[in-house]
Amino acid sequence: MTGISGLLVTVRTGKQGTEMMKGKMSSEYLEEVSSLRINADDMAELSLSTGNKAKIISPHGEALVTCIESDVPGKLFFLPLGPVANRLVSGADTDGTGVPAWKGQQVTIEPADMVP
Amino acid sequence: MEQKIKVHNDVVCTFCGCLCDDLEVEVADNRISRVKKACMIGRNKLLHAQSNNPEVTISGRPAPVDDAVSEAARILGKARFPLVYGLSSTTTEAQREMVEIAELLDATLDNPSSYCHGPGMIARQQVGLASCTLGEVKNRADLVIFWGCNPLEAHVRHFTRYSVSAKGLFRPDGRKGRKIVAIDIRPTPTTKSSDWFIRVTPGNTFEIATLLRAIVSGKPLGVNDDALVGGVPVGTWRELADMIRGCRYGVIFFGLGVTQCRGRDINVEQLSVLVSEINNHTRFYAMAMRGHGNVAGGNQVMTWQTGYPLAVNFSRGYPRYNPGEFSVIGLLARKEADAALIVATDPGSHLPHDTVEYLKSIPTVYLEPHINPTTKWATVVIPVAQAGVAAAGTYYRMDNVPLRVKKIVESDHLSDEEILKRLKEKILHAEDH
Repeated sequence: MTGISGLLVTVRTGKQGTEMMKGKMSSEYLEEVSSLRINADDMAELSLSTGNKAKIISPHGEALVTCIESDVPGKLFFLPLGPVANRLVSGADTDGTGVPAWKGQQVTIEPADMVP
Repeated sequence: MEQKIKVHNDVVCTFCGCLCDDLEVEVADNRISRVKKACMIGRNKLLHAQSNNPEVTISGRPAPVDDAVSEAARILGKARFPLVYGLSSTTTEAQREMVEIAELLDATLDNPSSYCHGPGMIARQQVGLASCTLGEVKNRADLVIFWGCNPLEAHVRHFTRYSVSAKGLFRPDGRKGRKIVAIDIRPTPTTKSSDWFIRVTPGNTFEIATLLRAIVSGKPLGVNDDALVGGVPVGTWRELADMIRGCRYGVIFFGLGVTQCRGRDINVEQLSVLVSEINNHTRFYAMAMRGHGNVAGGNQVMTWQTGYPLAVNFSRGYPRYNPGEFSVIGLLARKEADAALIVATDPGSHLPHDTVEYLKSIPTVYLEPHINPTTKWATVVIPVAQAGVAAAGTYYRMDNVPLRVKKIVESDHLSDEEILKRLKEKILHAEDH
């Protein structure tokens, strides 16, 4: 199977904020900023369950994330802001505003076991 | 041996733009041992404030602080196009020093608002913004709209202290006396705690605000109520417009879902004009949900000192303002800066990877209280006393009300302000010679 495409949106989560204050080098912080909230139908299309790894690919980079089924709209993928999401956006792409595409980066997601 | 315990009341949490100023913090033998009334984020910020501090280093090797300041002055003094960046999580007193250093260096000066609420600053310069204080919201608001923001995860006590359940002079019933509406692209704890969640499609803020302007002003639309705008029927927007016109005191709190999505500054421009026009019918205001504790102060200080709130360049000997060109992210992506002074922000975690990779390739001077991804590669790292914990000063709340943050423990390190003053003297001294 191939991956699915959609928009990546970076968001705040309570856990991201709480763990960030304990220390940004901690495994708990890195785990939270690698947790992708994704719709159930999108998960099914990718044959993934909560806790499975997936690879997100954008024109600017790729990142490995852990999928969490959530009541979010289809083809919209939500990742806490932080160093993992930042591998997928570019500072060169701000439409002259100084603001990168943190709320609408086109990406493709595929199960991590497709990664060679 | 008996511990010396002191309880500090009315401590200000410096994490987010709420600046909750009612915390109780217990300090035992100069260590913060207990925090009361804070949210989980604020509690962790204070309980972990004194741990995880970096060493003073030059190129990864431990060094005395005086040597680090001298090396910082040398790096910045010889740069041809330096960047001075940060400001948002330190005191206005330190921010003032940063502006002066940027001017001395003919540098570019920017703060994180250029990629967060910066579009709202640009909008305000075009059309203004009818705004208010959080105290007014608490005492008067009977309609609160959260648009593209999720305070229950990002500004955790906003609901209870200011906007939703807070009991005010003319809102003695708190939550019962207010209607809460959330406009967002996904369900969140905030939308689930609201009376009405309007789920919209991403990137349509401008269209929605334009439609609301037309409905509120009674303009003919030329479409029927089944037509969709932002994925929502026009009839639903009519209901919201009726609610807006019918309230006695309303406020829109807007977040990065408005400023960072498609349209960016023109979204806030349209929203601001909408708010202005609603005032033909009733009292209505808008306020940005500012993230970092003193990011509003960064905009204030830069505006007093340079005339502009962000993205300022001094290379011609006078301040020039141009978001996009002098915004930190664009500047780094184009690989224009050749050295950087970074204070009170963590670009290693929060900037796009291509800009971080470029920062790693140039000499960087970094003032920061805690070990983080940026301390791993910055050329000169100088640990500082954390503002609001081991250093006093002024912070601006999201409604631009200034509050004094306290020093509640002693630190082995100097404050941002003190280090920056020393750095400024070194730069001036080098220029004299």
